[in-house]
Amino acid sequence: MISFEGQSWIILPLILPLAAGLFCFLSRRWAFALSLTAALGNLLSIGVLLNQFLDTGPLTYNVGNWKTPLGIALRIDGPSILMLLMTAVTGLGITLYARGYFAFRIAVPKRIGRHERQERFFWPLWMTLWASLNGLFLSADIFNMYVTLELISIPAVALAALSGKPASQIAAFRYLLVSLLGSLSYLLGVVFVYKTYGVLDLVLLSGKTASGAGMAALALMSVGLLLKTALFPMHFWLPPAHANALAPVSAILSSLVVKGSFYLLFRLWFDVFASAVTEPMVNILGTLGAGAIVWGALQAIRQKRLKLLVAYSTVSQLGYLFIAFPLAYLDMGTHWGTVAFMVLAHACAKSAMFMASGTIFLHAGHDRINDLAGVRSYIPVTVFAYAIAGVNIMGLPPSGGFIAKWLLISSSINSSQWWWGIIVMIGSLLASVYIFRVVSRFFVIPEGYKVPDRRPHSPLLEWPALVLALIALLLGLIAPYPLHILETGNSLFSMVSPKGLPL
Amino acid sequence: MNAHGWLLVCILLSSFLPGIVIFALPEEKTGLRTTLNLCGSVMKIVLIMVMNIGIFSGRIYEISLPVIPGVVLLLNADPLSALFSTLSSVLWLLTTIYAVGYLEDSPNRSHFFGYFSLCVTVTIGIALAGNLVTFLLFYEMLTLTTYPLIIHRGTEKALRAGRNYLIYTFCGGGLFLFAVVWLQTITGPASFTTTGFSSVLLESHRTQLAAIFLMLIAGVGVKAAIVPFHGWLPQAMVAPAPVSALLHAVAVVKAGAFGIIRIVLDVYGVENLSRLRLLPYLNIAAAITVLWGSIMALQQDDLKRRLAFSTVSQVSYIALGISLVDQPFAVIGGLVHLVHQGLMKITLFFCAGNLAETLGIHRISEMKGVARRMPLTMAAFSIGALGMIGIPPTVGFVSKWYLGLGGLAAGNWLLIAVLAVSSLLNAFYFLPILTQAWFGTQTAPWPEERSFGRFETRLSLLLPPLITAVIVIVLGTLANAQFSPLTWVNFIIRGYGL
Repeated sequence: MISFEGQSWIILPLILPLAAGLFCFLSRRWAFALSLTAALGNLLSIGVLLNQFLDTGPLTYNVGNWKTPLGIALRIDGPSILMLLMTAVTGLGITLYARGYFAFRIAVPKRIGRHERQERFFWPLWMTLWASLNGLFLSADIFNMYVTLELISIPAVALAALSGKPASQIAAFRYLLVSLLGSLSYLLGVVFVYKTYGVLDLVLLSGKTASGAGMAALALMSVGLLLKTALFPMHFWLPPAHANALAPVSAILSSLVVKGSFYLLFRLWFDVFASAVTEPMVNILGTLGAGAIVWGALQAIRQKRLKLLVAYSTVSQLGYLFIAFPLAYLDMGTHWGTVAFMVLAHACAKSAMFMASGTIFLHAGHDRINDLAGVRSYIPVTVFAYAIAGVNIMGLPPSGGFIAKWLLISSSINSSQWWWGIIVMIGSLLASVYIFRVVSRFFVIPEGYKVPDRRPHSPLLEWPALVLALIALLLGLIAPYPLHILETGNSLFSMVSPKGLPL
Repeated sequence: MNAHGWLLVCILLSSFLPGIVIFALPEEKTGLRTTLNLCGSVMKIVLIMVMNIGIFSGRIYEISLPVIPGVVLLLNADPLSALFSTLSSVLWLLTTIYAVGYLEDSPNRSHFFGYFSLCVTVTIGIALAGNLVTFLLFYEMLTLTTYPLIIHRGTEKALRAGRNYLIYTFCGGGLFLFAVVWLQTITGPASFTTTGFSSVLLESHRTQLAAIFLMLIAGVGVKAAIVPFHGWLPQAMVAPAPVSALLHAVAVVKAGAFGIIRIVLDVYGVENLSRLRLLPYLNIAAAITVLWGSIMALQQDDLKRRLAFSTVSQVSYIALGISLVDQPFAVIGGLVHLVHQGLMKITLFFCAGNLAETLGIHRISEMKGVARRMPLTMAAFSIGALGMIGIPPTVGFVSKWYLGLGGLAAGNWLLIAVLAVSSLLNAFYFLPILTQAWFGTQTAPWPEERSFGRFETRLSLLLPPLITAVIVIVLGTLANAQFSPLTWVNFIIRGYGL
């Protein structure tokens, strides 16, 4: 029996998008209305959950009142509620934008059937994906997390293939293979864990001492998750998959989907298997992260197409998340804080960037960076959104990206690993090169430029991107709140210190 | 935090809000845009005057916003911020009037004036910043808001200049950020104080603090155009004249110089720095910059480029004075030059803009006899130029007088020599312009003459340089009057116990 009191709010983020997804299959006409309702309901329920969480601390809910180890437990602590909140806000923006995007495309007289078909498939897939993402953040054991990972991959691949162009289908197929490989590797790790410890629950696992088999399990799970998170040099599948997808899909994949597997990875390393993690291991990840930052940025600088540039920027930005590993290992104060700011700011900014790129593509008919001069004259809001999101990616104050950068540098100095701080600085200088390569084109309106005939578009095509970019920009000013949320949530794993010594 | 602190927020909003509205205004609404701009800048001046009176009578203005542990955004008005914000707000009003006239029929004005307002907002933010983090916030935002102004013309040349500007300033900004974070890990969250951080730290972290000091100075030195970080400044000349005026007199290079002052006086403090023995390096860097800028200026035929190199040279007088931090006279000379250089340089840039806009003159070789065609403009130009050389009764003389006194008192012959040589060089590169303009005879027709009716040029272009020229003379003669920059600087100095 479901009563909407107390902790029952916790299942709404699962049920609402899932139900919306199911009904979207049935009726194309109501698809957007249903999805929007689900998005708003989701935001509301997460607001309520957040409130409860701040009052009482971490929440656990046993579905159907079956206790672990038999039943399925849902759990919320600081990091997971922040991820849910990020998904809710970004997802709402993407939902609104997708409406404007498809409406604009369907209004084009040619190939009308194809665009309608795309929209028809988009909504159910997106809602299913959303429900699975929420499921991942709410899950409390590593097997359920495997299931949600698979449930994320399948709609994500289908969405990536949605545009129907050969390039996007090849990219989506590659994405599918990588994703399956990653899931398999992760599943193998889960099997090892179950064989060794006999439990799957995160909190129960965190109390176990490390062993050889445990290490092997962690290694297998990590490799799988790294593949899915596209850490350099396993990023090869990401740029084509993200750049060739439809704009709302690119936004979803880049800002939310990769964060799911990263969240799980970070959780495993620092909350669950903290006792098994050693310094060489975190240094390997940090080095790969540094490689990602530099390589991704250099590739972004070289790109001629806007969407590829933004996709490579994602590769580069994901690198920062891995720089956090060696820093979190030695400088314990803020391990979730740094990552949380990076993830939140990047989710908002990157989705804003992909939305803006999509709008530019729709209006200009191309996304060749060198020919973008003059765009400002007819879609100023979009251009502004892109520039503000760029401020975030460069990590300039007062954006959330700046706070993340500050935390990274300060813990790199505190733990005497200043070289990571220098990598962070180099990364943001390179980021400013690729951001301004585009933005400087925007600012110019060539002499004698004539504004082309433009088709009317709904405000939904422009404003969601700006609002998300502004949220990312102002995140730095409201930084105490996310930190407060994180502090409230530490108790779930507090019985073990990050180095595995009982406190 | 106190109730007075909100005044500081209002001061920032008085140009921020008009800026946002202007972005949204359609291009044709010239009247509304100008009204907004002028109302904003007048309001800002009034608010800043209220603040100045409050500061003088000992009231404390402070407002803070904690961000993450150890990082607090803090606005705090002290006499030094009053000096810089008064300068910026007054010159902003004049530059706005000038810009309205200058851009009368050019495209993209909403864009231009929007960024113009934002630019002044962050400059005032730099003045009011109460700790290094807040300073950094506005310092980086200054880069972002000035960039669109520099590339406003949209030509390849402008884009190239803009690119170089970004490379220089972002590298400087990155260095600065790293140094700020590093300093924070040692001193903890420290706001600006008149004594600097506790000297106990000096015992334990001497090398690190020395390294941080050099990084901080290099970071702000990029915007202050200290050699060898000055490469962006002459190129940024492609910007429209009001932008150059603002960049050189108020916003960018001044922000850099102001940063040096803050770091020396309020972050490290006189005591700590004299024990670290790093200031002689700053002194030498500033001396080299003063001479280098003057020598380069001699070789330029392009008027704005010559003025740009002159800025490189003149702004370093501020650093030169500050580097002799235990000599009150030198510090007075440096601080007061912050205001004086701004007044003189903005006059010169306004006049250069007038020549370009009215007669199409961009080169010094085209200026023969121009004073007969534009006597008022050239009169203002001459006052500015004589001030730069340091001839009484202009404000330039006051600055150099105090710098010289400080040099004598410290027995620093380097400074005296630099002052003498650079004044000579100033005369070399300014006097020929004046003699040619006043006494030369016109040899070729003006490159691109336009007529503006009754006056020699458009009234909104003519008035601002005349006003600043008059101020240059008045403040030079009445240097010791109540509320002159010099008296105010003396008031500042007392706060540091010098």
